Amino acid sequence: MHDVTLVVNGVPRHARVPARRLLSDFLRHDIGLTGTHVGCEHGVCGACTVLLDGRPVRACLTFAVSVAGHEVTTVEGLADGDRLSPVQRAFAECHGLQCGFCTPGFLTTVTAFLRENPAPADDEVVEAVAGNLCRCTGYQNIVKSVHRAAELMAEEGP
Amino acid sequence: MTTRLFGEPVRRREDARLVAGNGRYLDDLGADALAVAFVRSPHAHARITGIDVDDAVDVEGLVAIYTWEDLPEGVREPLPLLIPHPALTHGRTAYCLAKDVVRHVGEPIVMVVAADRYIAEDVCERIHVSYEFLKPVVGLENAVEGPNLVHDDVPGNVGAHMVQEVAHRDGRAARDVIAAAPHTLEFRLDIERSACMPMEGKGVYARWDADDRSLRVYSSTQTSTSVRMAIAAKLGLPLPKVEVIAPDVGGGFGVKIVHPWPEEILVPWAARLLNREVKWTEDRREHFVSSAHERAQVQHVKVGFDDEGRVLGLDVEILHDHGAYTPYGIIVPIITSTQLLGPYKIGSYRVEFFSVYTNTVQVTPYRGAGRPQGVFCMERTMDKIAQYLGKDRTDVRAANFIQPDEFPYDQQMIFQDGRPLIYDSGDYPASLRKLKDLIGWDDFPAMQAEAAAEGRRIGIGVGCYVEGTGVGPYEGGHVQVTSDGRVHVSTGLTSQGQGHETVFAQIAATELGVPIEKVSVVTGDTRRFGYAVGTFASRAAVMSGNAIALACRKVKEKALRIAADALEADPADLEITDGMVHVVGAPSASIPLATVAVLSNPLRYAFDEEAKRATQFATSGSMDRPPVAEGQEPGLEGKDYYSPVRSTFASGMHAAIVETDPDTAEIRILRYAVVHDCGKMINPMLVEGQIHGGVAQGVGGALYEKMAYDEYGQLLNASFMDFLMPYVTEIPRIETDHLETPSPLNPLGIKGAGEAGVIPVSAVIAGAVEDAEKIVIDRMPISPSDLYALRDSSRTSGAVSLLRNTQ
Repeated sequence: MHDVTLVVNGVPRHARVPARRLLSDFLRHDIGLTGTHVGCEHGVCGACTVLLDGRPVRACLTFAVSVAGHEVTTVEGLADGDRLSPVQRAFAECHGLQCGFCTPGFLTTVTAFLRENPAPADDEVVEAVAGNLCRCTGYQNIVKSVHRAAELMAEEGP
Repeated sequence: MTTRLFGEPVRRREDARLVAGNGRYLDDLGADALAVAFVRSPHAHARITGIDVDDAVDVEGLVAIYTWEDLPEGVREPLPLLIPHPALTHGRTAYCLAKDVVRHVGEPIVMVVAADRYIAEDVCERIHVSYEFLKPVVGLENAVEGPNLVHDDVPGNVGAHMVQEVAHRDGRAARDVIAAAPHTLEFRLDIERSACMPMEGKGVYARWDADDRSLRVYSSTQTSTSVRMAIAAKLGLPLPKVEVIAPDVGGGFGVKIVHPWPEEILVPWAARLLNREVKWTEDRREHFVSSAHERAQVQHVKVGFDDEGRVLGLDVEILHDHGAYTPYGIIVPIITSTQLLGPYKIGSYRVEFFSVYTNTVQVTPYRGAGRPQGVFCMERTMDKIAQYLGKDRTDVRAANFIQPDEFPYDQQMIFQDGRPLIYDSGDYPASLRKLKDLIGWDDFPAMQAEAAAEGRRIGIGVGCYVEGTGVGPYEGGHVQVTSDGRVHVSTGLTSQGQGHETVFAQIAATELGVPIEKVSVVTGDTRRFGYAVGTFASRAAVMSGNAIALACRKVKEKALRIAADALEADPADLEITDGMVHVVGAPSASIPLATVAVLSNPLRYAFDEEAKRATQFATSGSMDRPPVAEGQEPGLEGKDYYSPVRSTFASGMHAAIVETDPDTAEIRILRYAVVHDCGKMINPMLVEGQIHGGVAQGVGGALYEKMAYDEYGQLLNASFMDFLMPYVTEIPRIETDHLETPSPLNPLGIKGAGEAGVIPVSAVIAGAVEDAEKIVIDRMPISPSDLYALRDSSRTSGAVSLLRNTQ
């Protein structure tokens, strides 16, 4: 067993876990942040995507012990208190989600993407979300949501 | 002035919690529950000769190991056959845990309960099951031809055989009509397996309350009421002692309407036995090998037609692969058989299907539920007739359309609900006109020639369908206005992302004249509403939507009556706007609905300021009448049910332009157009969302998705690495247009929209690829490798103009 402390959404979180504990399970079951979802457990669907030191990673392909001491942002950490982030608001506004299960992975992926590319072209948006599966929306409104999020961020400033 | 929300693109009320990570899906519940894992069969067909747990029992954290031998009466019997049918002469269902024989890879054999899932899986690895191998039956034609049997007592592996026949109006049978027709065509079509693949698999979490002797179960299901009844029956519990709740569900698409899954019985049973919370969360591989698939069929088609392309007779024989068991009966092939007719007047029709056992995962409805196969058959037929006669493909379709003045149109068959297949309304010629405009059908030949001049191959395809939606028997709605002015709506059917909380709130707010913010909606919770059927067959909006509207009308009638007393007005002169009951044209003579709710419930005790108004010394009612009048009930609430005489028939037409790479045979969809008619739309934004998602699943089925079973019954692609679901890069922008022909069958005039998008896509893409390549496409899906091979074989057989040569 290992003592693992991560800084999750800005708060140090600790649990004593075996070496094989996946980061996704650590977040969901050891510290109770169930917003990160597990859709395939083999790194294909992207539902479990979280930001590790600001960059998207598959939490289901990462051992919690291997990222001890690092900063992790989950979907629960995207909002500013009660104020949803521009990406979250854009998805709601553009009907970019239906069942919502894959959504946390899209939100984290898009959040990181728009930080690097605040005014993306359409093909860049498609490329950015091309590693996440959604079975409900057909993606059209997800692409629209990303563009809308970029607009909101531009309007609201940093 | 009223609060108009019906028909508006109202934003979803579900989203605030879902985008914040505050959804409550099955595995988000029960943090302290014990975890379950299963030992599942690695073989497609084998007799279990022994189960050795000696290596497993010492694993720290193990709580219990169960095999079939451990199951009590009720739990040890085969699972129910949910939809019996006289044609299903040899229906067979599985056991919760395999008894003697396993019949597909993935069938559960041993249940392990442990402190967490890691440990439960460790234990599973240490349990050794020994087998005597039996010959597996894989592939439809092997099943009907071969000597090997999936079930010893099912000869020829045929579970069901059914014939429906509609004679020509002159009395001749379809086969006679075809034999005498001016032109005939005969061909075979093959459709592969796919599956629903919701992003969240199944899951069950159960809590036994030993003090109360009651059970609460959460299941990622499309029917909580029916799961509840199954659990109560199987575990011998009084129904009022069992509650089942569908929490947020991460997609269903059909697979979660099947019930009870073995886990839905085993997990509550273990929770009661152990007096501990127990949870099972399906992983992706389990979902591939132990849930359900759909689609696989082989169809043999004969058609006779005249010089205009009008179909005089159609004869279809279907081999339907239903896998190892038939818990959901033969709904899928029945739907294929009946919905095959689409928007057309077919002169005479004979359809025969054999539903066949194989040693593969069972087949139950997946979005579209047999319709994509039927539409593939009919639309390929229309394309072949057009090709044969040298006619435009849309002209041949138009020549066969049911006309707008011919509704209700009786197809003279029995539909999946056991009721006549009578179309209620539609306007197919108008839909086709809209579609041709949207895609630019008439301009396409010039575009194709231009592309050809550049060495590019493009093709266009079209597909039409009719979808029976809103099947019965019924749904109900309950609406309660509380003294704080809030409106609480509940219905028994469940939600898997469709946005029911939003559309049902729109209906209630519109009917009652209250702000939508005052309305809350609960679905799929048997604590709130106990009678329901479930969410499938594009029925939720039609069934529960109308039931909620009817319940609201009862509440409104009562509210106006009470308010009329208070305002000393005639109820007929009152209306409700923005939560205020007022005299029409005199807004000052008004009373809040909240106060009406207070007055509706005569009180003895005041618990707050508002409640004082309804207490016995405060009211001014007649001393000669009881406080609750005869035939009335306290409270401002109402319940009603909607039970339709038969289904309502939505329709639509799709067209696509594809480009095929002359070298690599890669297939790219350049444009995709949809015209859709689901009657009156409650929320056009959500209807469009349903269409987008359906088309995306259709594209998966048309180009990518198949279940690759080998001859031993091993599913070779049971992961998202190998089963190719479309990403954003595979889905074109979907252009949509709508037609609204209201249904005369229900008060709101609506038809279902959930499945529509997926239904014609394979047919449309096949037609488009055929047009681009001038090679006959008779199987789906078609991958680049398939197309490459088809090019090779058509070159060697010189079959470029194969369509005419088949005569």
